[in-house]
Amino acid sequence: MTDTTEKAAVKAAAGAALAAPAPAPAPRRARVWRGVTPWLFLIAPLALLITFTYAPIANMIAYSFTDWDGVSPELRYTGAENYTEIFTREDLFRVFFVSGYYLAASAVQIVAALYFATILSFNVRFRNFFKGVLFFPYLINGVAIGFVFLYFFQDGGTLDSVLSLFGYHTDHAWLGTPVSANTSLAGVSIWRYMGLNFVLFLGAIQSIPGELYEAAELDGANRWHQFRYIIAPGIKPVLTLTVILSISGSLSVFEVPYIMTGGATGTETFVIQTLNLAFRFNKTGLASAAAVVLLLIILVVTWVQRRLVPDDKVDLT
Amino acid sequence: MNRRRTVLALATGALMLSACTGTGGTSKGADAKAADDPSKVSGTIKVLTQRTDLVADGTMKKYAAEFNKTYPKVKVEFEALTNYETEVKIRMNTENYGDVLLIPAVIKKDDYPRFFASLGTEAERSKKYLFTDYTTVDGKVYGQSPIGVIPGFLYNKKVWEEAGVTQWPTTPAEFITALKAIKSKTDAVPYYTNFAAQWPLSQWTSVNGSVSCDTQATAKLAEGDPWAEGADLRVGDQLLHDIVHEKLIEKDPTTTNWEESKPRLAKGELATQWLGTWAIIQFQDAARKAGVNPGDIGFMPFPAQKDGKFCAVVGPDYNQAVNVHSKNKPAARAWIDWFTEKSGYDKDNLAISPLKGAPLPEVLKPYEDKGVKLLEIDDAQGARVKQIDNQSEIGIYAPEYRQNLVDLARGAKKGDLDDFFADLSKRWTETQATLGS
Repeated sequence: MTDTTEKAAVKAAAGAALAAPAPAPAPRRARVWRGVTPWLFLIAPLALLITFTYAPIANMIAYSFTDWDGVSPELRYTGAENYTEIFTREDLFRVFFVSGYYLAASAVQIVAALYFATILSFNVRFRNFFKGVLFFPYLINGVAIGFVFLYFFQDGGTLDSVLSLFGYHTDHAWLGTPVSANTSLAGVSIWRYMGLNFVLFLGAIQSIPGELYEAAELDGANRWHQFRYIIAPGIKPVLTLTVILSISGSLSVFEVPYIMTGGATGTETFVIQTLNLAFRFNKTGLASAAAVVLLLIILVVTWVQRRLVPDDKVDLT
Repeated sequence: MNRRRTVLALATGALMLSACTGTGGTSKGADAKAADDPSKVSGTIKVLTQRTDLVADGTMKKYAAEFNKTYPKVKVEFEALTNYETEVKIRMNTENYGDVLLIPAVIKKDDYPRFFASLGTEAERSKKYLFTDYTTVDGKVYGQSPIGVIPGFLYNKKVWEEAGVTQWPTTPAEFITALKAIKSKTDAVPYYTNFAAQWPLSQWTSVNGSVSCDTQATAKLAEGDPWAEGADLRVGDQLLHDIVHEKLIEKDPTTTNWEESKPRLAKGELATQWLGTWAIIQFQDAARKAGVNPGDIGFMPFPAQKDGKFCAVVGPDYNQAVNVHSKNKPAARAWIDWFTEKSGYDKDNLAISPLKGAPLPEVLKPYEDKGVKLLEIDDAQGARVKQIDNQSEIGIYAPEYRQNLVDLARGAKKGDLDDFFADLSKRWTETQATLGS
């Protein structure tokens, strides 16, 4: 789940609200003004969007055709050489297997978020407290989370202590082998991002009119039926969005593994690898090409998903 | 529909504009000459440094005040960068990167004249200073390190004695035996990898030269195979592998903690770490804070001998240089000269003085007593080694490859050590071939 997607979404929403057309015909001058006004409002967000999103992307694409090392004043145009290298070196693509762990984690995360959102949308004691508890991790800085969980997984750390409270004395190095390290890191991801999914689902569920549940109850529907026939279809667009965000997020995992293991012991993801290419080995050109490839993969995944699950209107009546 | 097209045009326009940026003008080959009269040098200079600790606790300010006694008209400002390499690299795309800075590793040696002002010719400077060839391009020197460092093992003397090892091991096999003795006779962890902190592992590359006792060790990296049987890096990597393989390290290397490792070694919970002389002062401070004797921190060379003598490589730390775009080059130059010669920075850090013929610091007294041969490696091929390293993506100065080595040794990664070395050799020598010579 990238920052930029969220920001872009927010910006798009703000833009749409501002650009809402005004009704009623008016004299010519006024009409011209009316046409220009929304654009005046849009100048600031558009300028920000272009400077901080599109201009860097354009630069990145330009660099991906060069052999720039990131600092030297000289850069050579190398054509598609960087792209050929990416697609012919299988070691550069092997890191995508790591995304599998995060993909599996996303599935768990969505199910759990959906479960909690459903339960907490009904009248439950302390439900606002629980909402806070579930959303809280999302508010913590990713770096802090990385460090907290380093202590958590440490030999004799929090996790080991908690397990020993239950009489289970483990001698397991949680970040010690590739499988266990990736599973642990994916677990941290679930903990961190479930809050966001949860809030999205909760918002969608609460927009469903309450009378529907009453009517359903009168007809003898139990909680499962209500979920199956009212909630699930009602939140389908949000569900689709979450799945898309989860997949693109899984492909571009970065913070948690970078801070906690730095990509050691088989936890290197595509983004960490790109970063290493750019800053460790000073192959900024190649790294830009890798970033472009990742961008294209995510766009393709999103497109395919939109085709498979069309975004139809919700109709609950 | 119309409106949409305007947005598109605007956006494409912006894209085209931004795509044109990237290359700036280049000035090349300015000199930063030393002024004859200190009282006439004036201006405000900004000094970039990686020593955030010294800026925070005011030590750098004290140096500046001392400096002002000789150069009253120069105002020195400091800027400490936590993530020095990365931040400076980005800033060097502009002209605004301080007046005095440390040369980041990423800058290609050939590009030095574009970024830094020359401090003089090598012929003249090498009479007085050490490490001049590390920054020499076409006979001119572009930087000067204020301290020299020697790589070696920091160890807790008490623990080693308790285990019955009183002499420095002279071969890797003896070293392993010593660590085994520590494991069986004491409670200490024999060797601490600092795996999670990453950079301590890349320190192992500095065994280069200590094994063969050869001043041409760097040239050998550039021309030969560093992982051939008996080559310096192979001997070092083999030792690291064996230490890990014999389980002479901490139980869970993936969750190590660098800051914590200092007091732990001082207290004798850890016995040994491969670092360098620069670390001694930090570990002694940690010992004082933990309330144990700082004198217990010992320092020993790599366990290899040539003609019955240990060899220790003296190398430079970060080199200080003058920004070629600086408006106050004489003042910047004055700071570098003063900081190198008169600041006492080397003594404060228990480091080796960059001045030729200066005495060794007190902590290295055992080195003198045992007749350890100190040598400075010829760095003429240093730029090429870096180029091969980047191009092959092996990263002898980066942690990944040694993290892989440790993972392999402790069984977290499948594979065979010989295959591992063979693969490194292959990638290194193939890159050598493609780069030509």
